[in-house]
Amino acid sequence: MLSIKNLQAQVEDKQILKGLNLEIKAGEVHAIMGPNGSGKSTLSQVLAGNEAFEVTGGSVRYQDQDLLEMSTEDRAREGLFLAFQYPVEIPGVSNLQFLKTAINNIRQHRGEGEINAAEFMKLAKEKIKQVNLNPSFLKRGVNEGFSGGEKKRNEIMQMLMLEPKLAILDETDSGLDIDALRVVADGVNALRSPERAVIMVTHYQRLLDYIVPDYVHVLSQGRIIKSGGKELALELEEKGYGWLGIDEQAEA
Amino acid sequence: MSESDKAVKELIKREYEHGFVTEIESETFEPGLNEDVIRRLSAKKKEPEWMLEWRLKAYHQWLEMEEPEWAHVNFPKIDYNSIAYYSAPKSKDDAPKSLDEVDPELLKTYEKLGIPLHERARLAGVAVDAVFDSVSITTTFKEKLTEAGVIFCPISEAVHKHPELIKKYIGSVVPQKDNFFAALNSAVFSDGSFVYIPKGVRCPLELSTYFRINEANTGQFERTLIVAEEGSHVSYLEGCTAPMRDENQLHAAVVELVALDDAEIKYSTVQNWYPGDEEGKGGIYNFVTKRGACIGKNSKISWTQVETGSAITWKYPSCVLRGENSVGEFYSVALTNNFQQADTGTKMIHLGKNTRSTIISKGISAGKSNSSYRGLVRIGPGAENARNYTQCDSLLIGDKCGAHTFPYIENKNKSAIVEHEATTSKVSDDQLFLCQQRGIDAEHAVSMIVNGFCKEVFKELPMEFAVEATKLLEVSLEGSVG
Repeated sequence: MLSIKNLQAQVEDKQILKGLNLEIKAGEVHAIMGPNGSGKSTLSQVLAGNEAFEVTGGSVRYQDQDLLEMSTEDRAREGLFLAFQYPVEIPGVSNLQFLKTAINNIRQHRGEGEINAAEFMKLAKEKIKQVNLNPSFLKRGVNEGFSGGEKKRNEIMQMLMLEPKLAILDETDSGLDIDALRVVADGVNALRSPERAVIMVTHYQRLLDYIVPDYVHVLSQGRIIKSGGKELALELEEKGYGWLGIDEQAEA
Repeated sequence: MSESDKAVKELIKREYEHGFVTEIESETFEPGLNEDVIRRLSAKKKEPEWMLEWRLKAYHQWLEMEEPEWAHVNFPKIDYNSIAYYSAPKSKDDAPKSLDEVDPELLKTYEKLGIPLHERARLAGVAVDAVFDSVSITTTFKEKLTEAGVIFCPISEAVHKHPELIKKYIGSVVPQKDNFFAALNSAVFSDGSFVYIPKGVRCPLELSTYFRINEANTGQFERTLIVAEEGSHVSYLEGCTAPMRDENQLHAAVVELVALDDAEIKYSTVQNWYPGDEEGKGGIYNFVTKRGACIGKNSKISWTQVETGSAITWKYPSCVLRGENSVGEFYSVALTNNFQQADTGTKMIHLGKNTRSTIISKGISAGKSNSSYRGLVRIGPGAENARNYTQCDSLLIGDKCGAHTFPYIENKNKSAIVEHEATTSKVSDDQLFLCQQRGIDAEHAVSMIVNGFCKEVFKELPMEFAVEATKLLEVSLEGSVG
C-alpha cells in the first residue's frame, strides 16, 4: 500500500528526514516511535502533503501512484487521513458542514453524487456517539473552544466518518487522559481491517497497550534505526532510547 | 507561492458578472451642476414649488461645504462639474403605466440581474421597486400593499401624492446640510423609494429595491424614506449593481428611517456595485448617508449589510435612539479585494433611557485592499442605563492587505455600560492544510472559512438574501488566496 524509499525532507533549510525507508501493506498497523526531534511528525506531515515541508530526495508510492506528485486534497480523496497532533480551530464552520463538504468532495472525486442529507445525519450521530462526544458538538465550529481531549476525539470522529484506507495518527495519544485514550484506541481498532493500514506516531508505549501494532519502528535522526514486533515497544519502555545508543538531548 | 496564495488568486479572478451595459435610448442632462440644472431637474419631475425650494436650499448649503477628508481612503479629487445629474431611459409617453410599456431591453436587463419582476416576484413574495439610473421603473405588488394600507412607491410619485408625509419627514433624520454628500444628494436626488407603514400594520411582504447605474458619466443620487407608524413592522431589502466602466462613477445616496412607538424597521443591503478591475481601474464611489431615528418608545431599527462592491465605500448606517427602550442594531460584512477601499461602520447615538444597541462588524480584506471599521457610540447625559455591545472582527487573506479599526466612544452618563471587543485573524495555512487534508480544495476551503467568519451577520439576513450573500462572497473572493 505504501512504499517509502530513501525519503529526505527539510523544513526551513533544516534537514529532518535523511533517507527513510518503510514498507506498509494493507491490513497492517505500524507504530513509529522515537524521541522528540527524531522526525516523527515531519514524516506524517510530508506524507499528508503539508507544503511547509520540502521533499529533497527519495520516493513514496501509495496504492501504485506517485504520492509526492499528488496534491494534498487528492491524497485525502484517495484515502490518506492524518489525525493532527494539534488540530486547528475553524470558527463559525460547524463540524457538520465541514464533514459534509469533505465527504462530498471525496465522493465527487470518485464520481459519486452528493450524500443524502438524512443518511449523512444518521452517520454523523452514530460516529459522534462512538467517540463519546455530545451530539451538540456536531453543530459547534470545528474544534472551536474544544478542550485538548475533545479535539483529539473530534479527529477520530472525522476519521471514522471518512473511513480512510491509510490512517496516520500523529501523537494522537499525547495529553490524553485514560478515558480519552480508550476512546481513541476503540476508534482505531474499529477501523482495522484487511483493506486498511494504520501508522501510529507516538512517543510513548502506553497507546500500544490499547492498539496492538504488527510492527514497531524506532526513528532517530531522520532514519529508521531499528524495526521489530510489538515486543520492541516494551523493550524500549523498559530500557529507554539510550539502549539503542540514541542521545535524546542531541535529537531535540 | 503557497497553496493558499494560489487558491485565493483563483477565487478572486472570477469576473464581475453584472458588468454589462444596456443599449437603451436615454435622456441625459449635459454634465455640470448649477441652479439652472436643479430647476430643470425639478421641472422634469413636475415638482411642486416647495420641493424645488428645498433642493435649492440644499444646493446653496452644499456650495459652502468641503468634501470630507477624514476617511481612511484615497482617491483623486472629484470634479462635480463633469458629472451628469439626470439620466432617464427615454420612453414615448413619460412614465410607463404597466410592465407592458416598459422597454423590453430594460426588462431583459432585470432578468439578467435576476430581479424577480413578473411572476418570479409573486413566488418570492417580494415587492420590488427598481431604480434604473435615475428613475424608478416599476413597483410590483401595488395592489396587495394598498390593501394593507402600505405605501410603497417612487419618492418622486410620493412628492405628488403624499406631500404632507414627504414634507414632514424628508430631511428630518438626515438634514440637508448634514454632510457634504448628503447636501449634494438633497439638491439633486433623482428618485428612490418611499415607504409608509400605517399604525399597527405588519407589512405583508418583504419590500425590495434594486439600484442599477447604466449610463456613463452619470451620478446616481437616490433617496429613500421609510416611515413606520406606531406598532408597525417592515423589512426592506436593497440590492445594487452597475456596469463595468473604466471611469469611476459616483453614487451618493441618502436613506432615512423613522420608527415611531413600538415600530420596527429591518433594513438589509447587499451592495455589489462594480468594484473596479484587478488593477484598480474604474468602479463606483459609494458615498452614502444612512440613518434611522428611533423616535418612539420601544422602537427598533436594525441595519444588516453585506458590502462586496464599489471601488470606495464611505458609509455609516446609524441609529439615533431617542425613544425610551429603543433598540439599534448593526450587522455588517464588508469584503474588499484587489484595490478596493472601504471605510464603513456605524453610529449609535443613545439619547433615551434604557436604550440598547448592538454592533457586529466583520471586515474581510484580500488582495491589496484596505478595509476600516469606524464606529461611534455616544451616550447622552439623559440616556440612563443605556447599553452597547460592539464586536468588531477582521479577517485577513494574504499579506498585502490591511484592516483598521477606529472605535470612538463618548459616554456622558455614569449608569451606561459600553463594551467593545475586537479581533484580527488570518486565514492560516494550518486551517487550509486541515481542510485540504480532509479532501477540500483550497478555494472551497477559503470560502468556507470566510463564510464561517461571517455567520453571525448572515443569520440576520432574510433567507433569500443570505443565499445571495454567500454566493456573492464566493465570487468576490475568487483568486484571493494570496
